Amino acid sequence: MLSEEIKREIESYIREHCPTPRGASIEALMVLQRHRGWLSDESIRELAAYLEMSPDELDGVATFYNHLFRKPVGRHVIWICDSVSCWIMGYEGLLEHMQGRLGINPGETTPDGRFTLLPIQCLGACHHAPALMIDDDLHEDLTPQKFDEILERYE
Amino acid sequence: MERPLTKNIRDGMEPLHIKDYEKAGGYQAVHKALKTMAPKEIVDLVSAANLRGRGGAGFPTGQKWATVPTDDDGPRPKYLVVDADEMEPGAFKDRILMEGDPHQLIEGLVLGAYAIQADLAIIFLRHEYTKVAKTLTWAIAEAYEQGYLGSNIAGSGFSLQLHLHISAGRYICGEGTAMLNSMQGGRAVPRHRLPHPTIAGLWGKPTNINNAETLCNVPHIVNNGADWFKGLSRCKDGGTKIYGVSGKVKRPGAWELPMGTPIREILEEHAGGMREGVNFRAVIPGGASTEFLAEEHLDVPMDYDSVPKVGSRMGTGTMIVLDDQTCPVGMVHNLEHFFARESCGWCTPCREGLPWAERILKDIEEGRGQPEHLRRLEKLGKDLWLGRTFCPLAPGAVEPLRSALVLFREDFERHIREKRCPWR
Repeated sequence: MLSEEIKREIESYIREHCPTPRGASIEALMVLQRHRGWLSDESIRELAAYLEMSPDELDGVATFYNHLFRKPVGRHVIWICDSVSCWIMGYEGLLEHMQGRLGINPGETTPDGRFTLLPIQCLGACHHAPALMIDDDLHEDLTPQKFDEILERYE
Repeated sequence: MERPLTKNIRDGMEPLHIKDYEKAGGYQAVHKALKTMAPKEIVDLVSAANLRGRGGAGFPTGQKWATVPTDDDGPRPKYLVVDADEMEPGAFKDRILMEGDPHQLIEGLVLGAYAIQADLAIIFLRHEYTKVAKTLTWAIAEAYEQGYLGSNIAGSGFSLQLHLHISAGRYICGEGTAMLNSMQGGRAVPRHRLPHPTIAGLWGKPTNINNAETLCNVPHIVNNGADWFKGLSRCKDGGTKIYGVSGKVKRPGAWELPMGTPIREILEEHAGGMREGVNFRAVIPGGASTEFLAEEHLDVPMDYDSVPKVGSRMGTGTMIVLDDQTCPVGMVHNLEHFFARESCGWCTPCREGLPWAERILKDIEEGRGQPEHLRRLEKLGKDLWLGRTFCPLAPGAVEPLRSALVLFREDFERHIREKRCPWR
């Protein structure tokens, strides 16, 4: 069941931004994800009914966008930029180091649930490549050593 | 040299809050335009200034605005959408403008909205620009508080609401009609371009979509006039441009320079030339979806008419440099990997063709290349070209590939001949 709090957040977005409830689907999925961490089949079914959409239709939206998670993720998501400027500046070596350090491949979560590692397209930090984001924080001009230091800040 | 777009931006410093922005002359253009100018006068002024869209296509801004219906009993509401979904690899110019001087964008969009008499403006911001989101959130609140947004702006009778929409992330959202579908809560797949969004866009209502950098120019045009704006430039397009350079140069970064500044000047004077130990090999001038240019093209002015004359595009004006220690096949493979992943899958050539190109490039790079692979890549470059796909994603994706097959032919052949990547 969608909690009253979730419904209130979605309802206020619909009221301010959308002529129809379905217009709020992306924001509503983000709201649900903020509360529940990821979007389960059950979450999709509940929200679809609320937005007057079919579950398949909403699933089509939920699986389309990079920042909507249809599988559980760790407490922190590490987004490593694999686009061209970061590639030129040595992203592959950095990724190899990260995989060794975390013991996971892109798309996976550490067994302790601390980190999920995901690739992301250009972060708009091309002049400070290679770059990555952890949750909402951008980290630039990375080296393997700098990455190890940054990691300690995330519990 | 005047740098109107970046004059208030100080590296590493807090962006300007509204009082300081006003002290620096900010929002004067809103007072002037909304009180003394008719909407059509602003459209004419922007046309006379030769402002061309900075998102990549370079379409004349005033001409686009003029296609929005302006009759009093026309369809309502009307929308202005600010494209701040900067996801082109290599591009980081809009982020600098929004993080450094958020009110400049808000002032520009108020003027753009007034010109087309829009009721609601929406900034479509990419998800990863979290710092921009925080900055714009307080700046929007300040603008409402000071009466530059909301009802009866600056006592003019014109009203405008402004929303910040944060995308859930997908490159195709930067295609205008796909962006509209995304804002309507769907998958970001493109729409047929007829009718044009300025006639029937968001929720079927007239919608004008402008890039963030484009709108940042408008307050300065209103304040200083069309001739002043044209005087900033070294070519017939008006204004300055935020140019950027990434890759193995001494000082990667972005600079506001006269439109039409030659590539060589940007690379050597501003980016400081190549780092020690590497030499220049080629450059993609305007982001990932533009053709490679070689040494002999470096004196071409970076503007919308000159770059196409040597076979590429100005695009976003943010260039990526390839050096002689980096594998060109690997670079093209990286680019096609990006485009294949970001294809929305709506039309078959793009959905099937880009992963095919990517797989072939991977094979060549990893020593499994066959001589016939080059013919296949050339054919894909033609099959995914303009007019063969639903939207411009795939033609943009094959621009670097098509040019690489000509410019780096020997490197491709060497990979295939030696069954390995010579750079690894």
